[in-house]
Amino acid sequence: MDLKEKLVSSFLAFENGVDVDNPVHDIRTEAIKNFEAKGFPTKKEEAWKYTSLNTLQKIDYSIFPKKENMLEYRDVKKYFIHEIDTFKIVFVDGVYSSFLSETTHDGVDVCLMSSALNKPMYKQIIDVYFNKIASKDDSLTTLNTAFSKEGAYIYIPKNKIPKKPIEIVHFSTGNEAALLLQPRNLIIAEENAELQIIERHQSLTANEVFTNSVTEIYAAKNSNVDYYKVQNDLTTASLIDNTYIDQKDGSVVKVHTFSFGGKLTRNNLNFYQNGERIDSTMKGVTIIEEKQHIDHHTLVHHIQPNCESHQDYKGIYGENATGVFNGKIIVDKIAQKTNAFQQNNNILMSDKATINTKPQLEIFADDVKCSHGCTIGQLDEEALFYLQSRGIPKKEARALLMYAFANNVLESVRIPELKVRINKLIANKLGVRLGFDL
Amino acid sequence: MLKINNLHARVEDKEILRGINLTVNAGEVHAIMGPNGSGKSTLAAVIAGKEEFEITEGEIFLEGENLEDNSPEDRAHKGIFLSFQYPVEIPGVSVTNFMKTAINESRKAKGLEDMPAKDMLKLIREKSEMLEIDRKFLSRSLNEGFSGGEKKRNEIFQMAMLEPKLAILDETDSGLDIDALRIVANGVNKLKSKDNAVIVITHYQRLLEYIVPDFVHVLHNGKIVKSGTKDLALELEEKGYDWLKQETVI
Repeated sequence: MDLKEKLVSSFLAFENGVDVDNPVHDIRTEAIKNFEAKGFPTKKEEAWKYTSLNTLQKIDYSIFPKKENMLEYRDVKKYFIHEIDTFKIVFVDGVYSSFLSETTHDGVDVCLMSSALNKPMYKQIIDVYFNKIASKDDSLTTLNTAFSKEGAYIYIPKNKIPKKPIEIVHFSTGNEAALLLQPRNLIIAEENAELQIIERHQSLTANEVFTNSVTEIYAAKNSNVDYYKVQNDLTTASLIDNTYIDQKDGSVVKVHTFSFGGKLTRNNLNFYQNGERIDSTMKGVTIIEEKQHIDHHTLVHHIQPNCESHQDYKGIYGENATGVFNGKIIVDKIAQKTNAFQQNNNILMSDKATINTKPQLEIFADDVKCSHGCTIGQLDEEALFYLQSRGIPKKEARALLMYAFANNVLESVRIPELKVRINKLIANKLGVRLGFDL
Repeated sequence: MLKINNLHARVEDKEILRGINLTVNAGEVHAIMGPNGSGKSTLAAVIAGKEEFEITEGEIFLEGENLEDNSPEDRAHKGIFLSFQYPVEIPGVSVTNFMKTAINESRKAKGLEDMPAKDMLKLIREKSEMLEIDRKFLSRSLNEGFSGGEKKRNEIFQMAMLEPKLAILDETDSGLDIDALRIVANGVNKLKSKDNAVIVITHYQRLLEYIVPDFVHVLHNGKIVKSGTKDLALELEEKGYDWLKQETVI
C-alpha cells in the first residue's frame, strides 16, 4: 500500500479518537477528500519541479505512535534556549509532554491545540480562525488539516505581551522505525499584541521521521510577531513546513528560518497582507552539505496599498547538497505604493552542489517599487588569501568568509541568547573554533 | 632575512616575474618602484604565498629556509606580513575579534597557548594608540565601510599587532591624504628595528620621504633593472620611468 492509500484509510481509525460531532470535524472530512483527490505533489507541478517526495513515500511510516516515550529534561536541555526563561510547548513523538512543557493561561493563552479544538471556551476563536488562512487545496496542507488534532495554540489578547518567548519543540525518539508527524499550530496576536516564538523539530535517533506541519498565524492591527524556525535536524528527518500568515493594518511579522540540516526540508512560507502599512520580513540562512535538500518557497501577496515586504535568504551548499529558492510576489492592482524587496545569495562550496533560484513577480499595480536579485558564486579567492596572509588557516578563513556572507541575516534576531546560539550552530556547522564567539 | 634567487612566476600563461634577484637583510628598508604592470604587486603576493601564481623557476628563502610549498598562513606564522593595496571587507567580524583569531592562530602554530584576554586587550590598546586609532573603530566590522585611509591605517595596525620579521607594504600610500600618510609612516618607523625588515612597494617617491629606504630597486617587465640608494627614487621622480625603459631595451 502506498503512503497516500495508507493515510486515507487511516482516517477512519483517526476518527475513533476525535469528537466527530465537533464542527471542526467537517473541516477535516472535507480536507481528506481533497487530499484523496490530489495526492502528494509530483515533479510535474511547477512548484515541486526541484523537490521530489518519491523517496519519502516509499517509507512505511507509523501514523499513530503506539507507546509514549519519556524524555529527561537534562538529555534534551541543549535543544532549548535554556539560557533564558521561556514558555515551552513540547511534544514527544507527536504527543504533548506536560513534563517538559511550561504553558500559561495568565493573561495570554500558551497551550495546546487539542484543548482549543475541544473546549467550549475556545469555540468562538476556533470558528473565526481555524483553517481560514491555510490553503484548502494545497495537498500537504489538506493532509495536515485532515489529521489536525494536536500542536501549539497561542492566543495573545489586545495590548498584551507574554512575559517571555515561547518555544515550540517537537522531539522524535525513534520509538517507531519510521514516524509521520502532523503538528497543527494556531497563533493569534490581537491588536497591539507582541510575541516571539522559536520553533524546532528534533530527531533524537537515526530512525526516519517525516513531519508535515501547518501553522496559521493571525497578526491583527499593529501587532508584532517574531517567528524563528531552527532547522538543524538529522539526515533521516524530513520536514514540510506550511506556514500561513494573515496580517492586518500596521502589523509587523518577521520569520527567520535557520536551515542547517535535514534529509529533505521544504518551507512553504505564505504571507497575505490584508491591510495597509504592513511589514512582512522573511530571512533565511541555509548551510547544508552531504545529500541534504532544502527548498524555500515564499509567497507574499500584497493585497492592499502602502505595504512593504523584505526577503533576504543566504545559502551555503557543500558536497552534494541541493537547494531551491522560489520567491513569489503578487501585487494586486489596488496595492499601490507597495515596496517589495527580495534577495537570494548563494555560495556553492563544491562542484556537485546545486541551487535553483527563481524570483516570480506578478505585479498588477503601476506605482510600486519591487526589486529582486539572486547570485550564485564561490568564495572570493582574494579574500581567502587576505585572511590566510594574517596567519588564519584556510579552513578557518573559509569559515570566517562564510560567516561574513551570512551575517547580515542575523542582525534582525531580537533574542540575544538565540543569536548567540545560532552563531554557535553556524560555527559548529563550519567546523571551526575561531577563538571568539561569533 | 629574505633572499630571492632568479624568481620566475606566472599566472595562467602569462609570465609576470622573469628572474628576480633580491637580498634583504635584517634592519634594512627596501623600496621597490616601477611603472604600472611591472610586477610589483605580483612580487609581493608571491612572497606572501598567493596560490594563484605559479613559480616556474627560482627560490625564496626566509632566514635560510626555502618557502616552497609553504601556504600563506605558514608564511605568516614565520613572520611575513603583507599590507594589502585593497584590504578585503569582512562583515560581522570586528577588528578586535579578527586580530584575536589571527594572533592566536599564529601562537597555536608555534605551540603556544592562546594569549590571555588581559594581555590581548593591553596589546590592542597600545598599538591602536600608536596609530591614533579610535576605540570605536576596533569594534566595527573589519574594513566594512572604512575609508581608504582607515583601511590602510588598519593594515598597519595589524602589522603592529603581528610584529612580523618581514613586512611588505603594497602601495600603502595610495588613497592616503598627507595626515594619514604621516600617521601610517610614523607607525612603520616605530615598528622598525635591527631585527626586522621592510619592503615598501610604491609608485611614487612621496612615501619614501617618510619611510626612508636603504635601497631602491626599479622593477620593469618582471625584472629588477636598476638598484641604488634613496637618490634613485628622487631621480625617478624627476625623470619618470621612460629613460629606464629605453635603457633596458638597449
